[in-house]
Amino acid sequence: MPEAKLTIKHLFPLTGRAHVIGITGSPGAGKSTLTDGLIDCFRKKGKTVGVLAVDPTSPFTGGAILGDRIRMQRHAEDPGVFVRSLATRGALGGLAKAVGDAIHVMDVLGEDIIMVETVGTGQQEVDIINHSHTVLVVLVPGMGDEIQAIKAGILEIADIFIVNKADRDGASKLSRELLAMLDMAPPSAFQGGWRPSIMKVENAFQPESFGKALDDVTTKIEEHYKHLVDKDLIGTRMRRKATVELNEAIRASILEPVLLKLLASGQMEGLIEKVMKKEIDPYTAAEDIAKRYLEGCL
Amino acid sequence: MVAKPGLDGHDRGARVLARCFRDAGYEVIYTGCHQTPEQIVSAAVQEDVDLLGLSCLSGAHRYLYPAVTKLLKDKGADDIMVIGGGIIPEQDFQLMYDAGLKAIFVPGTKLETIVTWINTNVKPRA
Amino acid sequence: MYFAKEVLEQSSRLRQRWEDEVKKSVSKWADQKPEAQWSTVSDLPIKRLYTPDDIKDMDFERDINYPGQYPYTRGNQVTGYRGKYWTFRMFSGMGDAATTNERWHMLLKEGQTGLSTAFDFPTLMGYDTDSPKARGECGKCGVAIDTLEDFLVLTKGIPLDKITTSMTINPPATALWAMYCAAAEIHGIPLSKIGGTIQNDMLKEFIAQKTLMCPPEPSVKLISDTVEFGTQHVPKWNTISISGYHIREAGATAVQELAFTLRDGMEYVEDVIRRKKLDVDAFGPRLSFFFNAHCDFFEEICKMRAARRIWAKAMKERYKSKDERSWWMRFHTQTAGCSLTAQQPYNNVVRTATQALSAVLGGTQSLHTNSLDEVWCLPSDFAVQIALRTQQIIAEETGAATTIDPLAGSYFVESLTNEMEKQAWEYIHKIDDLGGMVAAIEKGFPQLEISDAAYKFQRQIDSAERIMVGVNKYVSNEKETIPFLEIDDKIETEQIARLQAVRRKRDGKAAMKCLGDLKAACKKGDNVMPFCIEAVKALCSVQEICDVYREVYGEYRDPGLY
Repeated sequence: MPEAKLTIKHLFPLTGRAHVIGITGSPGAGKSTLTDGLIDCFRKKGKTVGVLAVDPTSPFTGGAILGDRIRMQRHAEDPGVFVRSLATRGALGGLAKAVGDAIHVMDVLGEDIIMVETVGTGQQEVDIINHSHTVLVVLVPGMGDEIQAIKAGILEIADIFIVNKADRDGASKLSRELLAMLDMAPPSAFQGGWRPSIMKVENAFQPESFGKALDDVTTKIEEHYKHLVDKDLIGTRMRRKATVELNEAIRASILEPVLLKLLASGQMEGLIEKVMKKEIDPYTAAEDIAKRYLEGCL
Repeated sequence: MVAKPGLDGHDRGARVLARCFRDAGYEVIYTGCHQTPEQIVSAAVQEDVDLLGLSCLSGAHRYLYPAVTKLLKDKGADDIMVIGGGIIPEQDFQLMYDAGLKAIFVPGTKLETIVTWINTNVKPRA
Repeated sequence: MYFAKEVLEQSSRLRQRWEDEVKKSVSKWADQKPEAQWSTVSDLPIKRLYTPDDIKDMDFERDINYPGQYPYTRGNQVTGYRGKYWTFRMFSGMGDAATTNERWHMLLKEGQTGLSTAFDFPTLMGYDTDSPKARGECGKCGVAIDTLEDFLVLTKGIPLDKITTSMTINPPATALWAMYCAAAEIHGIPLSKIGGTIQNDMLKEFIAQKTLMCPPEPSVKLISDTVEFGTQHVPKWNTISISGYHIREAGATAVQELAFTLRDGMEYVEDVIRRKKLDVDAFGPRLSFFFNAHCDFFEEICKMRAARRIWAKAMKERYKSKDERSWWMRFHTQTAGCSLTAQQPYNNVVRTATQALSAVLGGTQSLHTNSLDEVWCLPSDFAVQIALRTQQIIAEETGAATTIDPLAGSYFVESLTNEMEKQAWEYIHKIDDLGGMVAAIEKGFPQLEISDAAYKFQRQIDSAERIMVGVNKYVSNEKETIPFLEIDDKIETEQIARLQAVRRKRDGKAAMKCLGDLKAACKKGDNVMPFCIEAVKALCSVQEICDVYREVYGEYRDPGLY
């Protein structure tokens, strides 16, 4: 949207202050309850918190249940907390951009901490995590979260593993498997020498022990951020984010108008027909489009 | 946003509506029960919703629904449309409309009626 | 083998002819709906016809037997309703205590035989009328009770030793029961003489009704306290009304209602035994239940018969109870509020009547019938009288009370009873596997089952796959006006004034001391009831007592699964 782009253009120079924390894991892992608890911990330390909660759009109806806020609703009146829900809205790559821009806005609003919560099931969600300084991967025993079941991308991005609902059977086994996986990784896999921590969090229905476990997680998160600062790694993370953002913006700037033009002029329909009939292959079609675009005669 | 103000915990309707709205292609946030008007308005503003639906079956709508619409106005967010449902006797409808609600849907309303009304009357804001 | 071989052979032989005729008829004149839609309102498939074959594996003694004999399928009472009709117990509460007291006297005069208290939301949630959370709620869906003074007004002129009172109250149950006990003492009635019920069933709150306060563990502990206190001091009191009504209202199917309710009961039994080290028979006879009477006539009757059998088996075999009074599943029933419509409200009189009849044929001990204006407001005098008369007409005019369990032996009813029992046990074992009901609730299992069932039902109504007369079929555009009961908004101001007057006049120091004692008792794990009784006598309010629980046990946070 044009107003959105203009806003980001104005805000961009002011961004870069907030500590961005990515939280990902399978559905049902308890991410929102954790996020809700972490909000408490950060607020106790006097930090302001922004939360972006991402939920999947139904591929059948285009609608979505944005079901994370309900678990954080008790913070609704706290002026130091801002929660915003987002739907993935289909696979065309708009999500990463929307979340990235929303992070910028929250950053400029003055949030000290920005938590981005997503379901870690697709490449998009892994990309979103690229916007973060610290990544929490949340796993739950007994839900098919065994290491083999997790896509490799998710495990590799973790700075902290949370074994959630750790009072359940299988928690120790899961922790051991994670430990074994980390032991097998070459030291070069650990960026700047940070070996991901494995932290257990038990039953959210016991508020005292849950709160204590989350205090420990918060401390670990802050430790990680300090590690990034001390080892001068913020720059590396920010380079990665800038690369992703730039790529995304370039893609949007070039690809979107081309697609729109093709759709509006009816050329897209024609090309689809040809590809279906095998009269042309997709690569040749794309090369032709690219040529005509560069020549300005699309 | 589907919201339940006040102490009423009868949330069957709200939960069913949330799923049905998803089926109709909307993005829905359900606040859960036991929300104060302040919590609801804060959430509606943060989420920048197009429509706020209130559900109350305890009879306390006479205070709660106008409290929500007034707060929206105070926050400069009265461009968010508000509709209501629950146990609302007919003689209270005018009070609700005067408070700024745009529609009331009583028990037995077909989902299709609500969705048609929304598609006709609510435009996504910006 | 339930039937002699010859009977089954006869049936088998004659069946073929019927099946052939059906085939012929259906090819000319198709059924109105596809096979799958001829199911109960809970989607249990029902056949066109039931025959001896459907119950051939039953054993008379094991499965049916006589009234008053294990497994009590035909009822607990050997004399049935001839000795005593079910209690006509109308759930009732409105505005302030004085207004409700008037309605209670009116209902008693009109022939009601037991009392049942509906509280307003602030009271149900453990807040005082002047709490900011209570604004707009005072007296709107039940009676506002803040202190013992209100309670004494509520029970004015009611002979507490002669009539039993049920109170629908959950997190603050200890406080309200304490008020009842204190009121009895003030009237010189010993606790051993008072009878009634407190709903006091927190598990179903987490699952369905959502009047919530503390997390599951301490909630169950408070319930154990009331069971223990009742066992020792108030022997005629039912300290829990293990409820399925609300589970059903939230959208559950009949089998889910049956299974989750009875499994909740089992959870309480296990908790009291474990925590209080009581023998199961010390408290078993005073556990009571509360079911919904929904619109599918036979499904409801079969559900209640199955419930008696399941509970008897659970108590005798699972918990090794020796006293047969513990094996009796005694229950109150309420006709289904969620089945009533805003459109063409007079139709609701008919719905309530058939539902009430199913409860009677199901053998209920006590019954509330909804009023025709249920969907719009609290019952008006006009509507509540019709609802009460419905029960009286069933009792006196229909013959339903003349003979015990009249539908026993019906191929259909026995078959459906068996099927519902079987499916309920499957759920019960599933919950066992999840670690029990508290664990299942923490995992969201019953809540999500109910959400799914409610959603499915709504889709069926929207597509007219399931009919609600006046709503999606036989709709009329004309609006019917019925008298509406209004609760004046100024009741809130008056109640707040009363509450503040009580706070001013009471001995503040004594009140605070009582709350301090209660807090210490909570922390030590002592039984809270004696401390609650002292606290209410010192005119501590419902919220003051509940705030102690909130402080010590923490507040529950709904995981928000939907």
